[in-house]
Amino acid sequence: MTLSHSSIVDKAAETAAKATPAPIAVRVRGLSDRAIAWLFIAPAISLLLAINIFPLLWAVYLSFTNYRANRPNAVVEGVGLRNYQRVLTDPDIWQAMQTTAHFVFWTILLQMLIGFALAYLIDRKFRGHAFWTTIVLIPMMLSPAVVGNFWRFLYEPQIGLFAYAVSFLSGIPTSQIQMLGNVSLAPWAIIVVDTWMWTPYVMLICLAGLRSIPDYIYEAAEVDRASAWRQFWSITVPMALPFIMLAVLFRGIENFKMFDMVTLLTGGGPGSVTEVASITLKREAFETWATGRSSAFAIVLFVAVFGLANIYVKALNKVKQR
Amino acid sequence: MSAINSAHSVVEPSPTSKHIAGAIVILYALITMVPLAWIFLTSIKSPPDSISYPPKVLFSPTLEGYCNLFTTRTRQTPDYIAALPAPTSTCDEVTRKRNMVIAGPSNFLPRFVNSLVIAFGSTFLAVFLGTLAAYGFSRFKVPLADDLLFFILSTRMMPPIAVAIPIFLMYRELGLSDTALGMILLYTAVNVSLAVWLLKGFIDEIPREYEEAAMIDGYTRLQAFWKVVLPQATTGIAATAIFCLIFAWNEYAFAALLTSGSAQTAPPFIPTIIGEGGQDWPAVAAGTTIFLVPILVFTILLRKQLLRGITFGAVRK
Repeated sequence: MTLSHSSIVDKAAETAAKATPAPIAVRVRGLSDRAIAWLFIAPAISLLLAINIFPLLWAVYLSFTNYRANRPNAVVEGVGLRNYQRVLTDPDIWQAMQTTAHFVFWTILLQMLIGFALAYLIDRKFRGHAFWTTIVLIPMMLSPAVVGNFWRFLYEPQIGLFAYAVSFLSGIPTSQIQMLGNVSLAPWAIIVVDTWMWTPYVMLICLAGLRSIPDYIYEAAEVDRASAWRQFWSITVPMALPFIMLAVLFRGIENFKMFDMVTLLTGGGPGSVTEVASITLKREAFETWATGRSSAFAIVLFVAVFGLANIYVKALNKVKQR
Repeated sequence: MSAINSAHSVVEPSPTSKHIAGAIVILYALITMVPLAWIFLTSIKSPPDSISYPPKVLFSPTLEGYCNLFTTRTRQTPDYIAALPAPTSTCDEVTRKRNMVIAGPSNFLPRFVNSLVIAFGSTFLAVFLGTLAAYGFSRFKVPLADDLLFFILSTRMMPPIAVAIPIFLMYRELGLSDTALGMILLYTAVNVSLAVWLLKGFIDEIPREYEEAAMIDGYTRLQAFWKVVLPQATTGIAATAIFCLIFAWNEYAFAALLTSGSAQTAPPFIPTIIGEGGQDWPAVAAGTTIFLVPILVFTILLRKQLLRGITFGAVRK
């Protein structure tokens, strides 16, 4: 009986399959699309939950406690909002935020100016521009830590190539050209390396922006006898603006998080003039071992990046729609 | 954008302006290459040449930096060295000139191997998970897809040190501190966001009709994915893999905080190479050169996809 029953079901399924349109029949035979969708997406999401979100929630929890990672057996007590209060009123942390802001502002400004200018020149499509573009792009692909470490050698006051080049051009004796050890020059030493490394990044995005402007707009402007200067400011710049802003967004987030290059170049010194936020955080978390307080600082930093990026993306979308 | 390259005289730049533009760009490119050229030159200098003033451009090249990179050495008396049998390798010879003998291999090779294992392991996992998820997001109506995609991207915005604090504690509990597995999982998590975003873009560009045709011919959805979509997405997958590989290869912050010995990668190791009386710059330069060469090759291979990779697929040309 069971046998005949199942054969009836089979037959019914077969006729149903014949009657239904092909895509649905396919769906009957294999896994459902819905199942496949979840089967495909779930592993990536689970990994992110385990390695990114769970630790983040843990950090949120720790930020309300006095936990210290170097004393795992001590009693953990809740301290309410005290960690946040201390972070937000700590003058060292505000100093680090100012140092970070200075670094972010100047690197973005320099990289935008040089990057856009380079993109504009490369867009003239001179002979061999593809080859030279590739050469220009090389620094941004390298490891900021490993290359930053080598820049320390270039910056050496007596023997470094940088000091030699500056003294050759300016006549100042090399022994006086101290970049990393000088309180007023060290922040600029870092800005120079960051600009050397990441200007190609901005250039590449700006170049895409310039190439996205269709020729007929310039042709129409020519017909209207608009000057080159006028064309640049009323066609080139506004139409490339969404791309420029995208570059600012990406560079801004990356440099706000800056850690590796500065650690290797100056380690935050001399004194603390180049101590950007990530370096202060690292010191609090892995040298002072104030895990609770540093977690609160980490959450503040994360909220700051996230909030600024959100505001910026909204502005970017407005520009895109124009 | 490439369709509009027709040479209209109105918008085509004049030859003079092209020459000037070319000259400035080439000058910029040459200046930015100086630090890299200097790394290579320093790697083939002897230690005294590397710190001479004025900096030496002409010198007799030596492999001493590379020898020092791969070995540890001990100082010996000239009598002891004179009594030794004849040197068996170039490195032996170079080392003995400095009144030293090779004591054994340095840690560079194991650190380099760690970098390879961790970079390739995490890239494989990230691309595997990323391809599946990207296909899911590209072809199916996933509830809250935009929110999930934004969530995936936002995990990349966190400052690495902020992530490292809880990861450090978690790995300590799980026994994953200073293990290659721990680093592979961590880098996979960081790279999977990039992989999903990039690969979604690449898979979106493959017409759905291909799979639908295959499914009408009797393929299941999975077969269609395996036999139709994947072969079409090869370029995108390869480009994504190279981006993941470069990230994992270059990463410093996590590696410096979460590894110290057996799983340490090359970036935190190279700055610690010291000789007698300070940093052994030729050896550091040699390590840096060996470390950078694969990236140079990949950059050249990847040059057409770079824009897409660095903007998370936001700009596609």
